[in-house]
Amino acid sequence: MSLLTVDKLSVAFPGHVAVREASFSIESGETLALVGESGCGKSVTAFSVMRLLPSNARIASGRILLEGTDLLSLSEPEMREVRGAKVSLIQQEPMTSLNPVLSIGLQITEVIRRHEKLSRRAARARAVELLDLVRIPDAHRRLDDHPHNLSGGMRQRVMIAMAVACRPRLLIADEPTTALDVTTQAQVLDLLDDLRRRLGMAVLLITHDLGVVAQWADRIAVMYAGRIVEQGGIEPFFARPLHPYSRGLLGARVDVDADEHYSKNRLSEIPGSVGSAAGQAGCSFAPRCPVAEPACRRAVPPLVALPDERAVACPVTVVLAGGPHGAALR
Amino acid sequence: MALLSVRDLHTRYAVGKQQLRAVDGVSFEVGRGETVGLVGESGCGKSTLGKTILRLVPSAEGTIELDGADITHLGEGAMAPHRRRMQMIFQDPFGSLNPRQTIRTVLDTALKVHRLGNGAERERQLQEIVTRVGLPSDSLDRYPHEFSGGQRQRIGIARALVLHPALIVCDEPVSALDVSIQAQILNLLIDLKREFGLAYLFISHDLSVVRYFADRVLVMYFGRIVESASHATLWRDPRHPYTKALFAAVPSADPTHKRVAPPIKGELVTTEQVRGCRFHSRCPAATDRCRAEEPPLRSLGEGHHAACHYA
Ligand SMILES: Nc1ncnc2c1ncn2[C@@H]1O[C@H](COP(=O)(O)OP(=O)(O)OP(=O)(O)O)[C@@H](O)[C@H]1O
Ligand SMILES: Nc1ncnc2c1ncn2[C@@H]1O[C@H](COP(=O)(O)OP(=O)(O)OP(=O)(O)O)[C@@H](O)[C@H]1O
Ligand code: SF4
Ligand SMILES: [Mg+2]
Ligand SMILES: [Mg+2]
Repeated sequence: MSLLTVDKLSVAFPGHVAVREASFSIESGETLALVGESGCGKSVTAFSVMRLLPSNARIASGRILLEGTDLLSLSEPEMREVRGAKVSLIQQEPMTSLNPVLSIGLQITEVIRRHEKLSRRAARARAVELLDLVRIPDAHRRLDDHPHNLSGGMRQRVMIAMAVACRPRLLIADEPTTALDVTTQAQVLDLLDDLRRRLGMAVLLITHDLGVVAQWADRIAVMYAGRIVEQGGIEPFFARPLHPYSRGLLGARVDVDADEHYSKNRLSEIPGSVGSAAGQAGCSFAPRCPVAEPACRRAVPPLVALPDERAVACPVTVVLAGGPHGAALR
Repeated sequence: MALLSVRDLHTRYAVGKQQLRAVDGVSFEVGRGETVGLVGESGCGKSTLGKTILRLVPSAEGTIELDGADITHLGEGAMAPHRRRMQMIFQDPFGSLNPRQTIRTVLDTALKVHRLGNGAERERQLQEIVTRVGLPSDSLDRYPHEFSGGQRQRIGIARALVLHPALIVCDEPVSALDVSIQAQILNLLIDLKREFGLAYLFISHDLSVVRYFADRVLVMYFGRIVESASHATLWRDPRHPYTKALFAAVPSADPTHKRVAPPIKGELVTTEQVRGCRFHSRCPAATDRCRAEEPPLRSLGEGHHAACHYA
């Protein structure tokens, strides 16, 4: 049984659907990267798993199974037991999730005491251990610091310390390093990776940095307009992305090792925008897709399993890959 | 004469009883139509430097010249004509757009404040700018929340552009966007630069984007510039140990290309007073000389400068 199975999840806001029958799963101990166009529904998916959606959002259908239990069937008090203890979330901007007027020590002990009956003293000792765990130097002294005394990287470490305080089975990290420079980013992601191994957690890593995906994830799921359009292992994905959107994505990135410069070459774009498919039948990517066929506009293509534990939601690609048995992929 | 010339600029914040020297003696120039990249560790002072130049944050020492005119201490009235010439694009345009104002109000306010044109002329300019940045033509009467992340960034660009500035400070303009929208926005900025002769000060954590987009690059560490060179020179021959560490930490998008552990550890501690080189406590090549003596930014030829005793 997978640790987490998201099964045909649909989430709607008044007037539009943000997530459409999204299905994916995460095995225990692995890192799954979730990538996709800005606004395609990655954060809404994360908030659904945490059951922390904004009040105007409605889960229209689907199941979210964590170790076999459907989180969507739990009452709010039951869900409170799950949050932090079994699944935790860290967000892009730690400043908005940390309370600016409370010391970080107080904020960490509060999280611990929510799930475990510990004295104030014992909780404080645990907080020091946790700050050590995320490699904050001088943890004793740092406990009384307020968030604004810390650098961006340190704040993100504090967020991680709070998120792993109760040893969750799954950590959802929503753009955890987007605001950080590359050296700090590498330290934070190495730390997450180390904790994943030591605590046996799985990580759902939401990011748009394909370098981060290549270096820190085991598998990838690509989302487009609320649907998962491709899934697979990291190496086969980067060697040969299948879905036309995935191919466009890899083609649009600036390669740091290539000597490209604006004075010589233009970046390749995926023309158009995601909004162009609003209200149309069939594949949402069809209006922007270079290989679309008339059939693409008739029905939504299902996610078809291919060899190497890959899957893609594009009939044209499936045919090119040699059908579901994927002779051409071998 | 350079478009922008910054000399020995300092910006300090009061943090409790301490002074935080966010910008600590920075000098550089931006030529007309030139794109200067600015990179460095989170918290090293990049945004503060950008805001100080635009006079959004007061400077403590030093001078800022725009087209040869000293604007460092101009009052609001005298500053107004210069403000038009320098604009800023932020990482999160949403945070800086009023949710209750239509795009027309946002853009028209800028024109009105600077008394540019009568009603009909302004309307024509608004239509033109919206189309130019690639927004749908019916955008003017819509509200910010009705746009996607990429479109909101286009609104931010339109707002900066509507006053026809000579310099735009771009603070992480594409870092919240996925790569395909990044490519669209960067291509747009490049077209606009060619069309209007714009100069950019381009702040970004994404070194691959900076390498592609900038003519010249400044590397900042703890409030100071520690290396500057043309994009080609810097990537061919980085000389400061911090620049080398930065380059080594860029994650490769080839999963078979295994990364090495980051060459520097620890974090920037911004309230600390340092003697000697500000990088010495984290530098893999530090010597006694580095702990005692601060290295000046010195020329290595061909417009390449570095602040390291051993560069
Ligand atoms: N509170 C809300 N009210 C209405 N619509 C919302 C709300 N929050 C999100 N949405 C919409 O849901 C869709 C998915 O948003 P989501 O934040 O999940 O995107 P994302 O993939 O995380 O994008 P990004 O990469 O920009 O963070 C978007 O169209 C967005 O406008
Ligand atoms: N308004 C403020 N008051 C006090 N300190 C501030 C203020 N703004 C920034 N700082 C501090 O000044 C230093 C420089 O901040 P700045 O935002 O300029 O860094 P940056 O290089 O832009 O970082 P990032 O890459 O994370 O955006 C940091 O230590 C920051 O915490
Ligand atoms: S299903 Fe058709 S339109 Fe959609 S991505 Fe595949 S080829 Fe393109
Ligand atoms: Mg998001
Ligand atoms: Mg900044």
